Amino acid sequence: MSSTAATPINQLSMSEQLQRLQNKAISSVELVDATLAAIETHDGSVGAFLQVYPEQARAQAASFDERRARGETVPSLAGLPIAIKDNMCRTGDTVTCASRMLHNYRPPYTAGAIERLERAGAIVVGRTNLDEFAMGSSGENSAVQLTRNPWDLERTPGGSSSGSAASVAARYVSGSLGSDTGGSIRQPAGLCGVVGLKPTYGRVSRYGLIAFASSLDQIGPLATDVTGAAILLEAISGHDPRDSTSVDVPVPSYSQLVQQPLAGLRVGFCPAHFSEGLDQEVAQTIRQALTLYRQLGAEVKEIALPHADYSVAAYYLIAPSEASSNLSRYDGIHYGYRSDKFENLADLYAASRGEGFGPEVKRRIMLGTYALSAGYYDQYYARALKVRRLIRRDYDEAFQEVDVIAGPVAPTTAFRLGEKNNDPLAMYLSDIYTIGTNLAGIPAISLPAGYSKSGLPIGLQLQGPAFEEIKLLQAAYMFEQAAGVLERKPGMVGG
Amino acid sequence: MSYDVIIGLEVHVQLQTQTKVFCGCSTAFNPQAPNTQTCPTCLGLPGALPVLNKKAFELAVQTAMGLNCEIPLFTKWDRKQYFYPDLPKGYQISQYDLPFSRNGHLDIPPATDGDTPIRVRILRAHLEEDAGKNLHDESGRGAGSMIDLNRAGTPLVEIVTEPDLRNAMSARRFLEELRLLLVYLGVSDCNMQEGSLRCDANVNLHVHGPDGTKIPTPIVEVKNLNSFRFTEQAIEFEVARQWEQYQKTGQTIHDAPKVTRGFDPDRGMTYALREKEEAADYRYFPDPDLVPVTVTEEQLSLWRSRLVESPASRRERFRQEYGLSLYDAQVILDQGVLFADYFEQVASQTKDGKQAANWLTQEVQRVLNDRRWTLTEFPFPAPALGHLLSLVSTKKITGKSAKDVFNLLVEGDEPEVVTSETIDATIAERGLALVEDTGAIDMAIADVIGRNPKAVQDFRSGKQAAAGALIGQVMKAVKGADPQSVRERLLKQLEG
Ligand SMILES: [Zn+2]
Repeated sequence: MSSTAATPINQLSMSEQLQRLQNKAISSVELVDATLAAIETHDGSVGAFLQVYPEQARAQAASFDERRARGETVPSLAGLPIAIKDNMCRTGDTVTCASRMLHNYRPPYTAGAIERLERAGAIVVGRTNLDEFAMGSSGENSAVQLTRNPWDLERTPGGSSSGSAASVAARYVSGSLGSDTGGSIRQPAGLCGVVGLKPTYGRVSRYGLIAFASSLDQIGPLATDVTGAAILLEAISGHDPRDSTSVDVPVPSYSQLVQQPLAGLRVGFCPAHFSEGLDQEVAQTIRQALTLYRQLGAEVKEIALPHADYSVAAYYLIAPSEASSNLSRYDGIHYGYRSDKFENLADLYAASRGEGFGPEVKRRIMLGTYALSAGYYDQYYARALKVRRLIRRDYDEAFQEVDVIAGPVAPTTAFRLGEKNNDPLAMYLSDIYTIGTNLAGIPAISLPAGYSKSGLPIGLQLQGPAFEEIKLLQAAYMFEQAAGVLERKPGMVGG
Repeated sequence: MSYDVIIGLEVHVQLQTQTKVFCGCSTAFNPQAPNTQTCPTCLGLPGALPVLNKKAFELAVQTAMGLNCEIPLFTKWDRKQYFYPDLPKGYQISQYDLPFSRNGHLDIPPATDGDTPIRVRILRAHLEEDAGKNLHDESGRGAGSMIDLNRAGTPLVEIVTEPDLRNAMSARRFLEELRLLLVYLGVSDCNMQEGSLRCDANVNLHVHGPDGTKIPTPIVEVKNLNSFRFTEQAIEFEVARQWEQYQKTGQTIHDAPKVTRGFDPDRGMTYALREKEEAADYRYFPDPDLVPVTVTEEQLSLWRSRLVESPASRRERFRQEYGLSLYDAQVILDQGVLFADYFEQVASQTKDGKQAANWLTQEVQRVLNDRRWTLTEFPFPAPALGHLLSLVSTKKITGKSAKDVFNLLVEGDEPEVVTSETIDATIAERGLALVEDTGAIDMAIADVIGRNPKAVQDFRSGKQAAAGALIGQVMKAVKGADPQSVRERLLKQLEG
């Protein structure tokens, strides 16, 4: 373990950064500068950021430093640099969703989660890359650039929150925000060796999150450690009357409670999560994680999720159906990309959408349009909703028996860029373990569980009952402390 | 050969809310300042979300209650998807399979006393958002095409009738009764110039076959009729056109799909609208951005209790309780709920509905029209008018005097609010009170008869007009005598 004195301050954990800011051991300007310097040094090769706001970030940092110097009370995250996925609106920014369609789109309003984050004092240093409109599992669907995995630049960081995971793995920032529709926070967190949490549906406002699939999307935190994820989750959670699906449930003090030991923890595992297609090294690491829980005094028991096998099929009907509708607004009329070659109105639509969207987005729009068409609705969409209800019931029943369900995040470690590019089905299967969480609307966390022989991170997923994020965080923290997984960092940042 | 006309209507009613149905923007009609009453939600900007305006839902439910509809305790929102420049999200938030109300009816009132009302069944009523307005240039080249989204997101209730209407006149009368109801309920201003009430009419014929069967002709939907007169004209035109078509082609409902037509009011004709290449598939599905609405029986009964009495019920009561003719009742109802309330206050005070109706439809309406007053600006409150009319019916003053007093008290730019006291004072001041001293009247009559033997002679020989001169003299002698009473007593003395 490298001595903390030698660690650049951008590489410190979020709680350490906050503590040093608070006792004025470091200034926010220093922290932001360190972050910007790291981005400057490494992001040419990693490609996590689509946009960086150096002047704005420094100005905000300076203002917090001044307020601290004057002895003013500042909010809890005052001066902390954070990265956000480029699908969350903020007044004045250009928000692209990594799509040609929105290359010039500047929203006149700020997302609920970003509002809360900024009100808590965090500084948005930049916007991170993603699969176009958050559709994908490798970041390769970005119309702008590739993001590379800081652990191995030839490999994918996962997706769709590719840049949010990579920016944390590369230790530019101690935390970031991503969005998770079928695993888009957890899978890249898993492949990048960081912590990622998908909150309960309704826990975090979706207002201002550019929708992919409205009934599945949730904004959530990524961080270098579990405590960081707890701090960010606390900052962004809470009811927002502007989002009808936001739920008015009190927000526990995750940051205060995360390190409290959890007595009598019951950890479930599901044999379906160890089925064929799961990499042996990954399987072994997850089994070791279960053993570690047993050693920590938890009760580990098998549970059943009888409809887990249908989750990918149901997801790839529901998510594209909603996407096909949500993306109808990009029509070349009101804002965004408009083709300059068209003969009539129908042509204007077809050309603008044909040129503005990438192939994966078009594939999903077509899938969804088909699934919702007259004559097919009952057979596809309505059936998928039935399966969704069954999957939700499976989880309800499982959580009668256990507090959390442990399993792999993804079937493999980070795959090579280009490897699954031409095989959408193989790409879709990388979400096989994460999708059920979104269909059931429950929370789940992904955290580093170990490393493959070739030195790639392997993620452990814990799923929990609705609005029991605190249990997930506490169970994850227990594991994190005992497993000693935090000591490794990507080689590029001196790990 | 003969045929029946089959008509069903789809009526879009803009609800009278301050703000739009899924955002906080104003619903004011404001074409002068396009796109100023908009926000990320009604502009359909990425990431913006809808939140249901509870007031719009309440007004929608009250509309359905007025239409005698069932209100299920659970309803949800669906997206109706199609591309059009005035639809910024690419879908309209509407209701598909679980509308908030269904199975109601509205009766068309009888046209004359003795007729029976015609029941029109309501299939369903659902709540949805309005689209914006395209101002173009239909070429689609973008040249000169503009879009105003001020209207986008305005709450609309779509009311769908069963095909129960049998002629154009009934369709018009149905719409008139519907408008009256909506205005009474206070759910819509039904301003047709501003598009608050729009109508599509589905029309076809059931031709009587030689063997007694009925042969339905293809259904035509005439869209966007923005006046009752146009609706009537369009249906009449369609009936004639379809009959001609049937005689020419013999096409039945099985031979041709439903087509949509527009109506050109200048030529009084319907015309074929450009058909879409494929049949529209709106790909309805539940809107995942909104939660379903559940209401409780308590909530519904609370809303029901706030519901004002329907025009149909009032019309019936006006006839039963106040003895009005259908015509008089309708004239009063048509003036709006305040006017009807005013009438009821006066009539229940004077116990003479006919008198109150006459006064309201003549004197009161004349003054309101001349002075361009609304009833709230009218300085004559119902109790004051009731007092004045009671004085007439109890023969304290003449009808003519009452009109003079009435006109006197509403004179001036800003007349004071009239009270019973000001009425009494005016009568006293002007000496308009009728003399009830019959002895004085009889003495004056005897005196006049004695002084006018010629006139008495004339009268007795059959010249009725001679009585007039005698009455005039008596009236002159006894100031404030009721002319009718003078006439009666004089005739008695002359004949006796
Ligand atoms: Zn609005």
